[in-house]
Amino acid sequence: MSVKLPIYMDNAATTPVDPRVVEAMLPYFTEKFGNAASRSHVFGWVGEEAVEYAREQIAKLIGASSDKEIVFTSGATESDNLAIKGVAHFYQSKGNHIITCKTEHKAVLDTCKHLEKNGYTVTYLQPDVQGRVSADQVREAITDKTILVSLMLANNEVGTIHPIKEIGKVTREKGVLLHCDAVQGVAKVELNVDDLNIDLASISAHKMYGPKGVGALYVRRSKPRVRIVAEIDGGGHERGMRSGTLNVPSIVGFGKACELAQTEWRADAARVFALRERLRKKLFAALDSVHLNGAPDPERLPGNLNVSFSFVEGEAMMMAIKDVAVSSGSACTSASLEPSYVLRALGVDEELAHSSIRFGLGKYNTEEEVDYVADLVIRHVERLREMSPLYEMHREGIDLKSIQWTAH
Amino acid sequence: MAYSDKVIEHYEQPRNVGTLDKEDPNVGTGLVGAPACGDVMRLQIRVNPETNVVEEAKFKTFGCGSAIASSSLVTEWVKGKTIDEALTLKNSQIVEELNLPPVKIHCSVLAEDAIKSAIADFRKKQQVRSGESAVSSPQPNAPAPSAE
Repeated sequence: MSVKLPIYMDNAATTPVDPRVVEAMLPYFTEKFGNAASRSHVFGWVGEEAVEYAREQIAKLIGASSDKEIVFTSGATESDNLAIKGVAHFYQSKGNHIITCKTEHKAVLDTCKHLEKNGYTVTYLQPDVQGRVSADQVREAITDKTILVSLMLANNEVGTIHPIKEIGKVTREKGVLLHCDAVQGVAKVELNVDDLNIDLASISAHKMYGPKGVGALYVRRSKPRVRIVAEIDGGGHERGMRSGTLNVPSIVGFGKACELAQTEWRADAARVFALRERLRKKLFAALDSVHLNGAPDPERLPGNLNVSFSFVEGEAMMMAIKDVAVSSGSACTSASLEPSYVLRALGVDEELAHSSIRFGLGKYNTEEEVDYVADLVIRHVERLREMSPLYEMHREGIDLKSIQWTAH
Repeated sequence: MAYSDKVIEHYEQPRNVGTLDKEDPNVGTGLVGAPACGDVMRLQIRVNPETNVVEEAKFKTFGCGSAIASSSLVTEWVKGKTIDEALTLKNSQIVEELNLPPVKIHCSVLAEDAIKSAIADFRKKQQVRSGESAVSSPQPNAPAPSAE
């Protein structure tokens, strides 16, 4: 068996750019370098044409009825900021209440916290143990002051897919806007903004085999017409919603990535799902005390496998499999020394949060890689468990919760 | 996070992984840390009661690479030392030897705690023993290990 090392299995963090995307981008660095806002010459027109074509490609993928509903940004963090702050500021005379969930991305949570300091109130819904919030929870949280519900399509850490369709029915019925951070879900699961009643959606190119540094915000133009206040002042680009010279090569790449996804995502998702299941089955068959974090299928992203190997600390595990790129919810991998807030919000034991590893499979992974990684992980979990006092106590039948630990 | 070569070396080839009989009166066991914090170290020493020399040291650690390396290093260092010498071990020596970054200093603190705790456990057992055998000289207030 020959696999090329290192192996990349962190596709929820970012993805490599599809070579066809790179090819589409290249002319826009050199001969087609014009500023899309230059209305007076052919260089500008070529740039503008390319941007408008990309807008159509993106609109089509998410089922937007008009390409005018796509606003280009620097990435999903900016899209989330623009959506939430933009709606909050525009509709402040209508209300000041926002609903979101504890497991949202920091780009959403920290934006909400920022608004809280400025007179807004935010409800952070508690997800269930598998990471889901229900439409009923949203319904109960809505007040006459609620202007926006912001919930992700799928979670980046545990891969849980929210029931956005049911939630969208509630927000539409109540006349509240729905923003969806669709970064992880787009081109992995069904996303049609009309079917789901989504009013604003954040997406990012680099999670779907496009370039980094470019994203988009979908802003519904009819039924209802969504209005937002711009957060960046300047030349009034993007119909006044986001000033700043457009990143034409990346936008072209983003469009191309969406066009490819349009025809290929279902087949890719099926293949990625098969790879993830191959990995999951191998690990669960060979090892005891392995826990799946997040929801079972079909409410789980096809490429996400977030597991806790009890009695083995996550960073030590990542060090053991250093030729495989994965991520961990262990405190030791974060600057804050706090274990993953997502796992804690799900009520995962802190010990298990420290032991979690997220495998993010993508379209370029192979069966050979999965087999190699499975063997490597199994070998090292066994090795580290031999070194773990907790595993020894577990085998002796000692309940680890009965021990008075000397927390430090 | 980049690891120093020494951390990697100890992590990949840990010294003295294992378990000593914790019921043995000459064995001191230190169990420090907490699973919820992501670090648990168990360090055990077998001490010659005549000479107070650490003849054997074993560890098992649940924790990151730096925690495993710190405990591995400490088992190497205390072997052949008297328990009084072992008690002078400072976490800063571990930091220096393994080139630990600031965010990993707690691993070295834990390793220092583990050795102190193991020595304290050994001493407690010895006291109980001398209390049992030598009725003439009970030492209920024997000097405690010099906890910093």
